[in-house]
Amino acid sequence: MSGRLLFIGRRLLITIPVLFVLSVFVFLLIHLVPGDPVRTMLGFRATPENVARIRGELGLDRSLFAQYGTWLNHLIHGDLGKDYISGATLTSLLSTSLPVTIELTLLAMAIATVIGVPLGVLAASRGRAWRSGAEGFVIAGISIPDFWLGIMLVLLFAGTLEWLPPSGYVKLTDDVVRNIRYMVLPVLTLVIGETAYIARTARSAVEETLQKPFIGYLRAKGVPERSIVFQHALRNAGVPIATVIGIQFGVLLGGSIVIEYAFGLPGVGKLTVVAINQRNYTVVQGGVLVLAAMFIAVNLLVELVVGVIDPRIADGSAA
Amino acid sequence: MSAPGTNAASWRSDRRLVVGVVILGVLVLVAVLAPLIAPHDPESIDSTRLLNGLSFRHFFGTDALGRDVLSRVIYAYRISLVVSTGSVVLAMLVGIPLGLLAGYAGGWVDLVLMRPVDMILVLPALLLAISLISVLGTGSGITLIAIAIIFFPILARVMRSSAQVVTTLPFVDSSRARGMNGFGIATRHVLPNALGPVLVQAAILMGFSMQIEAALSYLGLGTQPPTPSLGLMLFEGRDTLVQAPWAEIFPGLAIAITVLAFNLVGDGVRRHVTQYGSV
Repeated sequence: MSGRLLFIGRRLLITIPVLFVLSVFVFLLIHLVPGDPVRTMLGFRATPENVARIRGELGLDRSLFAQYGTWLNHLIHGDLGKDYISGATLTSLLSTSLPVTIELTLLAMAIATVIGVPLGVLAASRGRAWRSGAEGFVIAGISIPDFWLGIMLVLLFAGTLEWLPPSGYVKLTDDVVRNIRYMVLPVLTLVIGETAYIARTARSAVEETLQKPFIGYLRAKGVPERSIVFQHALRNAGVPIATVIGIQFGVLLGGSIVIEYAFGLPGVGKLTVVAINQRNYTVVQGGVLVLAAMFIAVNLLVELVVGVIDPRIADGSAA
Repeated sequence: MSAPGTNAASWRSDRRLVVGVVILGVLVLVAVLAPLIAPHDPESIDSTRLLNGLSFRHFFGTDALGRDVLSRVIYAYRISLVVSTGSVVLAMLVGIPLGLLAGYAGGWVDLVLMRPVDMILVLPALLLAISLISVLGTGSGITLIAIAIIFFPILARVMRSSAQVVTTLPFVDSSRARGMNGFGIATRHVLPNALGPVLVQAAILMGFSMQIEAALSYLGLGTQPPTPSLGLMLFEGRDTLVQAPWAEIFPGLAIAITVLAFNLVGDGVRRHVTQYGSV
C-alpha cells in the first residue's frame, strides 16, 4: 500500500515542472508576437491612450520576470486576465464555454468506449468476418478527417433528411431535448473516429492476452469461452485499453477545436480559434492554458487509474 | 542479422501494402503532373457556371465562383502533399539525429536532450500547432514549420528507444573493440539498424500531417487564399454545402484517400521491418 502511495506522490511531483513549463509557454505567447501585441490586438481601436492604458494593465513595460511573477500570482488566484476587445473577464468567458467542451468530449468518449471495447474484443475472439469488418472500420475511422466527416453528416442529416439542426447550441440547463438535438451530430462525428482508436487497441491487447499460458489453463479447466474472453482476457488487457482511452480523451480536448468550430458550438476550442483570427491574444492565452491543463490532468488521472488497476506498474516504479 | 527489407517477395505479396503504395504513386503523379492533367485553370472564375453539377465539362462540378472543382482539387492536392511530406521530412531531419545521439550516448546527454523534447509532447498536437500559428502568423510555410515542431519530438522518441536497443547488441561492442569511434558506430551501425520503426512512424505521421494541414486551413489558420488547399476548399464550400455538395465531397475524399494510403503503407512497413525497441 505504501508503494502505491509513493507512486501517486511521485506522479504528482512530476506534474509540477510540467505545469511550470506550460505556464511559461502560455505567458510567453503574447511576448513572441512580432511587433507590439497591444497595437495588433486593438486594431483600429489602437489610440495612443488605449495602447498606453492596456500596456500598463498588462505590465508590459516591466521586466519579463516581474511580469511573469504577477501573471502567475493572478493565475493561482483564479484571475486569468481580461478580453480587451469585449471587456469581459476570461473567467466569465471560460465559465460559459468550458461546460460545452466538457459535455461534447465526455459524451463522445463515453459512447466510443461503450462501442469500441466490445467491438475490439469481438474482433480479437470471433471469426474472420468480425476481424476484417472491424479492421475495415478502424482504418476508415482513422483515415477520414473528423471535420469532413462532420460536414458529410450535416449534409445528410441536416441538409437532405432535415432531421437535425446543422449547427448552433442550446444550453443543457435551458432545454435538455434541444441541447441533445444540437449535440447529436458533433458527438457522432467524434464517436466514429474515437471508436476506431479504442477498438484497435482493445483488439490487439485482447489478442495478445489470449496467447498467454493462463488462458490455455482456463480452457483446460473448462471455463466457458465467453467468460475467458470477457472476464479474464479483458481484465488483463485493461491497462493498454484504459491508457488509450485516457490519451484519446486528452487528444479529443485539443481535437474538439475543429469540431466546435465546424458545428458552431461555443466551447473553449471555438473561443480560442475566433480569438486567434481576431488577434485577441489574452483570450488565446486563456483558451490554450485551460485546454492544455485539462489535457495534463486527464493524462495524470489515467496514469493513476492504471497504477490502481495494475499494481505491478505502481510497485515497479516505486521500487 | 538481416538488414530491414531484404525479403522482397514477402513485401510484394502483402496486398494492403501494395495497394497503399500504388495509391500513393498515382497521387504523387497527379500532383507532379497537375498542369498537364487539370482540365481547367483552377483560379479562373466563370460567372455563367456558378455551382454547376457534375458534367462532362466539369467532372466534379463547379464552386460558388464557377471554378472547376476537379482542377482545384488537383492543384490543392499539390500544396497539401508538399506541406504534409515537407513537415515530416523536416521533423525527421531534427528528430533522427537528436534521438540517435540521446539513445546512443545515454546518461546525461540523453537527459539534457530529451527532457525539453518531452515537454513539447505535453500539449495536444493541434492545440500546440494553433498556439504556434497564433504567434508566427498564417500561411503554408508556417503551417509546415508548425507541424514539424509538433512531430519532431515523436520521431526523436522513437529513434531514441530504437537506438538504445541496437546499441546493446553484440556487433556494436565488436565495432568498439575494433577501435571504431563513437560517431562512426552511431552513424554507420546503429542508425541503419534502428531506422525501421522511425520510417513506420514517419509514414503514419504523413497521413496525420495531411489531416492537421487540412484542419488548420479549414479554421482559416493554414494556407491562405488564393492558394488552393484541400482544407481551404472545405472552408470555402461551407456556405453552399446543400446547393453544391460536390465542392465539399471531393476535397475531403482526396484527403481521406491519401491518409488511408499513408496508413496502409505505414502498417505494411511495420509488418516487414525488424523492430528492435518497443515504441
